[in-house]
This record gives sequence, structure tokens and C-alpha cells, in this order.
Amino acid sequence: MADLMPSGKVTAKIFPHPLNAWYAVAWDHEVTGKALMSRTVAGRPMALYRTRDGRPVALADACWHRLAPLSMGKLVGDDEVQCPYHGLRYNSAGRCTAMPAQETVNPSAMVPSYPTVERYRYVWVWPGDSTLADPDLIPDMHQMDHPEWAGDGLTIHAPCNYQLILDNLMDLTHEEFVHGSSIGQEELSESEFRTRLESDGSVTVERWMLDVEPPPFWRKNIRDRFPDFEGRVDRWQIIHYYAPSTICIDVGVAPAGTGAPEGDRSHGVNGYVMNTITPETDRTSHYFWAFMRNYRLDSQLITTQLRESVRNVFAEDEAMLAAQQAAIDANPDHEFYSLNIDAGGMWVRRILDRMLEAEDRAPVRSAAGSAVGSAP
Amino acid sequence: MTTSAQPDWSTGRVLATAPVAADVQRITIQRPARGRAAPGSHLDVRVPVGDTTDVRSYSIVESDDDGSQLTISVLRVPQSRGGSAFMHTLVPGDELPVTQPLQNFPLSVAAARHVLLAGGIGITAVAAMAQALRRAGDDYTLVYAGRSRERMAYLDELAGLHGDRLVVHIDAEQTPLDVAELVGSIGRHPRSGATELYMCGPIRLMDAVRRAWESAALPLVNLRYETFGSSGWFQPEEFVVTIPERAVEATVRSDETILGALTRAGIDLMYDCRKGECGLCLLDVEAVDGALDHRDVFLSTTQKADGRTISTCVSRVVAREGSPNGPRVSLTLP
Repeated sequence: MADLMPSGKVTAKIFPHPLNAWYAVAWDHEVTGKALMSRTVAGRPMALYRTRDGRPVALADACWHRLAPLSMGKLVGDDEVQCPYHGLRYNSAGRCTAMPAQETVNPSAMVPSYPTVERYRYVWVWPGDSTLADPDLIPDMHQMDHPEWAGDGLTIHAPCNYQLILDNLMDLTHEEFVHGSSIGQEELSESEFRTRLESDGSVTVERWMLDVEPPPFWRKNIRDRFPDFEGRVDRWQIIHYYAPSTICIDVGVAPAGTGAPEGDRSHGVNGYVMNTITPETDRTSHYFWAFMRNYRLDSQLITTQLRESVRNVFAEDEAMLAAQQAAIDANPDHEFYSLNIDAGGMWVRRILDRMLEAEDRAPVRSAAGSAVGSAP
Repeated sequence: MTTSAQPDWSTGRVLATAPVAADVQRITIQRPARGRAAPGSHLDVRVPVGDTTDVRSYSIVESDDDGSQLTISVLRVPQSRGGSAFMHTLVPGDELPVTQPLQNFPLSVAAARHVLLAGGIGITAVAAMAQALRRAGDDYTLVYAGRSRERMAYLDELAGLHGDRLVVHIDAEQTPLDVAELVGSIGRHPRSGATELYMCGPIRLMDAVRRAWESAALPLVNLRYETFGSSGWFQPEEFVVTIPERAVEATVRSDETILGALTRAGIDLMYDCRKGECGLCLLDVEAVDGALDHRDVFLSTTQKADGRTISTCVSRVVAREGSPNGPRVSLTLP
């Protein structure tokens, strides 16, 4: 048996992010062939655009010459970017193709071109070793664009370390205290839950609340499908975590006792809360979310209503995460302690820790007890 | 993937040395971990040259995972009075100043096809690239040309690793590289526009490939190469450089550059890359007795043929037959 890791090793408060991973950098519609946009992923500023044939491109957002941001430049030709400062041009592979005032191009001149894939309504980028970028490693978010699902989402620019958001999503007891007016109810912290590491490396946290009053959000949803519905429900939350930072939550309610826990959900309503978190810096994150449903697919009204109510719910999380990050920074000598509800979040940390270990960037604890990542 | 960085010097310790081909010594150096060295990167080392020191660049053939053990391979250049001869004297335990891995020759996995071309010791620059492409399952061919089997480092190892993807050309075995045929086959491939050729080798080979590439109308940006400014059309020889407006005359030894000789003579010149890439050290040629040996990649073929300017950090002058006074060049300051 391998040695046990020291207690506290994986509860670094500012968690480093793996670099050899796919991260959503933008919604598909945000990246265009008309103008460049700038976004930072895993500490790496990127200039994003599409080639004339529609392929998304992510170049490092700093010219090889004097590091002027390429995102301030313009698109030229079929797939090139022109630096806004001295006009050096780069193709979509990041190779410099033109330099001012000379007949040749310095063979060293290039900027990193990060591997990109467009999938599930997002553009994904791989900020690490590009020779390891395998598109099969993109987490399964098929509900985003599957014909049996409908819905929409938005992006939160969250002022906190990405791990705090993963913690938030891996333990939903907080709904009772943070979201009391919409989805919270006291049975959340009373019901049993089961946390397990799956054989495919994902983590599942499953919680059933049987024979409970539906909170306002769910009463509305089940009545959208069954307008005459009255009474109590069986409610479920099944959280699926895919490394490094995607969490898809199977949620829903069905009339109590109609067989949902045994697998018959036909009398109820089912949603999927899709979350993929992209570290921007150590203390800021791009939080892409969507709420998908598998009933009344043609109702744009319901799509918009659900997006707006989830937006309001997530605004409550955002306020908590911002306040938590501020408190962490104000208390550098205080440690994190764990509760049994943290099992999901702790699995996430262990998986991330192993990814970081493989990159030789695992969190290390300083003498004072605070943890810092080693530099990339 | 970093494209370049400021050299960060530290003390490297020689861990192991071994001959891997005629006049080629494999040297493994330990230095502070800095992450795995990317394919195409090189080490700069500081070597004694005469009574001073100079910097030499050697491609990293192998790196361990954290980049603390880096292997280079050094060809002993016959006329060397400094760099390569010194490197061949190293034994385990010796220490020398080295930089972190520096990257000026990055591999892009974005290309649909890769052809890697090594001439002789140039294999050191592309061996790690071939490994990375093999690991990624990409479409690549490694073409390795040399004068004779004994002079070609890593030949057996590469054959074992790359199988049919390795194509070997050996002059002594009457299977020399046909540059026109190689570039022609790239041009005829259906994905010719998406094929990158990475090359490292003698400048004559690289010039021949460049000309074939241009005449096949292949995209110039897909031709990837690196020079350390150390390879010319002619053997380096001693020559005289003069700056008439300053009444300066200096001898450029075979193991130093015009830039070095003029700096020693008190002329303050602008320069940066010191490998013939950036064009900052160009001076106009007023007169030359002999032939210019352009070793830079800044000037275009036309500009080199014109002979009006010279890249003083790498380019040289050699005697032409029948010039009685020895090679000389007279330059004007900007």
C-alpha cells in the first residue's frame, strides 16, 4: 500500500491549476472572425478569433517582438493577425509571416498557438504541453447541444480561486443557507448522501430527498410540465465531476412515490446544471454555466425563465465566493478544516493534486501552513 | 511553450560523457530543475576561448521530466581552438556555466504533416522533435543524412524508435540525399500546403533546401530552421577588417567574429542575437578582397548576392584564389 499523504496536503487555500487540461475559454458565439478578443486562461492571456473557414484560434496575447497585445490588432488574410504596434503578422499556427523593414522573417519568430476544439457550445483551449492535447479528454457535456435537451446559460467572472467554485458545486447543503428563497430546503442537510470515485475517474455525489415539499423553483418547473400538479415530491441531486473542473448536476423532482429513485422519472421533470470552471488567475475564474432541461424543448419562454432564475441563484453564490476569497486573503495563517459534507470536494482536490503532481506543480505547504503552488 | 527567454546562468555539473559517433561526444549535464526541456530547445554554455570566454549553443537531445538532467552532443570541429575542443575534454564531475533550456526552434504540432531533416550533427536538434511527434501519433518522417555511418550519432537508436518513418542517406554508401527529390515529394503530397519541414544541418544543405522550397512555391513559413550562426559555405579563416573612417584595422581570427574583433579594437557596435537573425549588427561593405561568406538568415538571397551589407556577428571573409594580400574587408559605420 502506498504511503498516506500528510493531512492537510490537499486543502491548499489557493489551489494551483493543472496546465495539461482542456478549459472552456469562451462560448462559441463569443469568438468571431470579425474581431479579436482577449481572455486569460490559467494565467495565460490569449487572443481569440476565427479563421475565414471558421476554425477557432487562440494565440498568446503578446507579440514576439515587444509583447504588444495581439488582441488589440486586426485580422488580415485568411487566418492571420497583425500586431497593432509594428505590424508583424502571425498565422493561426503562431508563425510570424511578415516583419517590417526587412526582406526575410526571423526564423525564431512565433507566438504560442494553443490547441483549440469547439464542442458543446464552447471553445476549449489547452494551455499546457500541446503535444499532450487529446480532444477525447474534453469532459462529457453532451446535454449542451443534444436534441433531447434545451436550455441556455451565461458566464460569471468570479473573484475567487477556481477550487472554491468546485467546492461550492460538490456540496449542495449550502443551498439551504445560501438559496433559501428558491431551491433551498432543510431536508438538504438532513438527507443522507453518497460520495464515490467512479472507475472512469469521475466523482459522483448523490442525494435523494424523499417525500418533501418542492421549493419554489421546482414547484414552478413541475407545473410547467404538469400544470395540475399538487403535493409532495421526491427530489434528487446527482453531481458528476470530471477533471479538472467540470461539474454536471443531474437534478429534478417527481411526485413522491412514483418510482423516481428506482429509475422511473417519467412523472417528473429533469434538469442538468452544466458548470465548467476555467481558472483565469490564482484568484479569479471564468465560471461558464447553463441549465438544460428535457421537457417542453420548444418553449423559449421556459428557456429564458430558467436561465434568469438560475442567474439569480448563482448571483447568491458569487457574493458568497467573493466574500470567502476576501476572508481567506485576510486570514493567511488560518487553515481550512473539513467536514463530512466535503467528501466530494476532497476527492476533487485529490484528483487535481495528482494532475499537478504529474506536472511537477503540486501544492506545497509552507511553514506557516498556507499552501502555494510551485511556479510553472 | 515559451518562445524565448533571457538566459538564466547557473552551474551545470557533468554527470556522464560517452562517444556516440566519430568526433561526437554525448554529454549529460545536471542543473537546477526547470521543467522538461521542450523539443527544439538548446543550452547555452560558457566555454574558454583563448584567454577569454565565449558562449556556445548546443541542442538538447534528451531531457528528463523535470529538466534537471539534459543531454547534448558535441561535434569536434577540426579547426576549433575553443568551444567544441573544450567540450570534448569534459569528464564527469566537471562544472561549467550553463543556461536553462532556451527555445528558438519550437515544434508546432498544429501542422498536418512534419518532415524533419537532419544533416550530420543537426540530428541533435530534431531527435527530440521526432520523439514528441511519435508520442503524439502525428504524421512525420525523419530524414537523416550523413557522410558515413561512423559519423552519424544515434543512428541505431533512431532506427529502433522510428522504424519506417526514419529515412537514412549516407554519402559513403552511395545513397546521398537528393534535395530536389525530397522537396519535390513534399510538393506532390496532397497536404503539401500543410507540411512543415524542420531542418538542421550544414548551411550548404539548408541553402539547397531553401532554394528548392522557393522554386516549388511551397509556403516559406512552413520551412523551419535554426542556425547558431556557426556554419558557413567555407572553412573559417583569418582575415583583416578595416574601418577607414576610424583608421581602425583589426585581424579577425578564425575562431572569432568581425563583431568581436572590432569591439576589441574599441569600436562600439550595436548587436543583439549574435547568430545572424536580428539584423542589428549589419554594416555596409565598402570593399572586399576575397569573398563574403554570409552565415546569417537576416539578409535575403538577393541581398546576399548584392554583397553590399554583412552581418558582423556571424558572417566572414575568405580568400579568393589569386588574391595575394590575404582576405580583407573594409566596412563603413552606420
